Amino acid sequence: MIYHLQFSALLPYWRALLDGLIFTVILTIVSTVVGVALGTAGASARTFGPKWLGRVVILYVELIRNTPFIVQLFFIFFGLPALGVKLNESTAAFLAMVINLGAYSTEIIRAGIEAVPKGHIEAGVSLAMSKWEVLCYIVLKQAFRKIYPALSSQIIIVMLGSAVVSQISAQDLTYAANFVASRNFRNFEVYILVAVIYLLLAIAMRTLLRWLGRVLFKGAV
Amino acid sequence: MLFRTRLLAALFALTAIGFAAPVKADGLDSIMAAKLIKIAVPQDFAPFGSAGLDLKPQGYDIDMANLIAKALGVKAEIIPVTSANRIPYLQTHKADIVISSLGKSIEREKVIDFSNAYAPFFSGVFGTKDIAVKSPADLKGKTVGATRGAIEEQELTKSAPADTTIKRFEDNNATISAFVSGQVDLIATGNTVAAAIAERTPQRAPTLKFVIKDSPCYIGLNKDEPKLMAKLNEIIAKAKADGEIAKLSEKWLKAPLPPGF
Repeated sequence: MIYHLQFSALLPYWRALLDGLIFTVILTIVSTVVGVALGTAGASARTFGPKWLGRVVILYVELIRNTPFIVQLFFIFFGLPALGVKLNESTAAFLAMVINLGAYSTEIIRAGIEAVPKGHIEAGVSLAMSKWEVLCYIVLKQAFRKIYPALSSQIIIVMLGSAVVSQISAQDLTYAANFVASRNFRNFEVYILVAVIYLLLAIAMRTLLRWLGRVLFKGAV
Repeated sequence: MLFRTRLLAALFALTAIGFAAPVKADGLDSIMAAKLIKIAVPQDFAPFGSAGLDLKPQGYDIDMANLIAKALGVKAEIIPVTSANRIPYLQTHKADIVISSLGKSIEREKVIDFSNAYAPFFSGVFGTKDIAVKSPADLKGKTVGATRGAIEEQELTKSAPADTTIKRFEDNNATISAFVSGQVDLIATGNTVAAAIAERTPQRAPTLKFVIKDSPCYIGLNKDEPKLMAKLNEIIAKAKADGEIAKLSEKWLKAPLPPGF
């Protein structure tokens, strides 16, 4: 069987695909920043916070890590309106991504925190550092350095997983691809192109994160 | 399975050619002589025809079949068929007429005849009562949900004003969910789907705003049966005039007949 690829059939839709790509990139950046912040807070709360707060964090982490992302997304978009909370598709997508990455990064960062030797914390306290100073300069700084590669991978996974938000009509790259395929029926070409774009995006992000890691953690232990 | 159905259909078609009598009596005469009309109805296409709880076929088409038999003053023999074999049933005279949500097409008109329309079947834009939309131009600033790639979605993309938000979903169920949960103001879909929504979620009952594509259902009958055709059209016209068809529409499609039907 011979199939003649016709990538020119995609040309009229370049704008839709570009808009989709931009949405995916923004979605990834925002949910990464907010999600990692949420994860840091969650991990710190679980390790150093009061017991009840730790329990809340455990519940949150287990709930999110043990349910499929698409179900969480549908719950927010189709389910919550029943309670009067109506979020549009973009907000629902951002929220679902943040909540999802928040839960995973909580566990990753907690692993890093627990790997910090107790002696370092005691040393900080004996130097009259405040609780927050110990957390920021001793615990988190070391923790992030240790788990940075794992966290980077999780961020890439979340970026690739963001394709799912097309299911609630959030207009990301996959939504654009589905739309184009429904118009010109050039499924093969569209998904080849989009797969290549995701691949390049992932490589670019990995490179960026590696560079960022070098800047942030220069003079690594 | 598909192959078998096709083979069966081909066989039926062959027999039809082989045994068609050169001099044909009009179907109406033989129906009246036998005091029985054999009517093919759908068994897999709610709300037009599906198996009820007692496993007997029920739906718009079955009620219509009984209405016709009653008007003719004969007994009705209801024959459940599928979409694929409803025309072969007619061609082999296993059924006198087909009332099976049959749409008109050029291919079908080559082999069978059609009565006047007896049931509305269309896709359109639907919304709750409080939303004032009468034409595509009124969609300005509104949010419409549609299933990606469906005819109504493609038509809407062409006809809706630029600042209409069309949210496209993967399948009918997601589109329905979006409408039921209030994520979209309006929904572009078929009237049977709108009827299903109205039945299950009365608080979000969709009413028709405007029609996108109209393809009503016709009764199918064999070619060259002018007397039967005239009688059927007479019965349909009468049922329309005295509101019987409107009643069927309310009962099964949960909506009044569309304007102009």
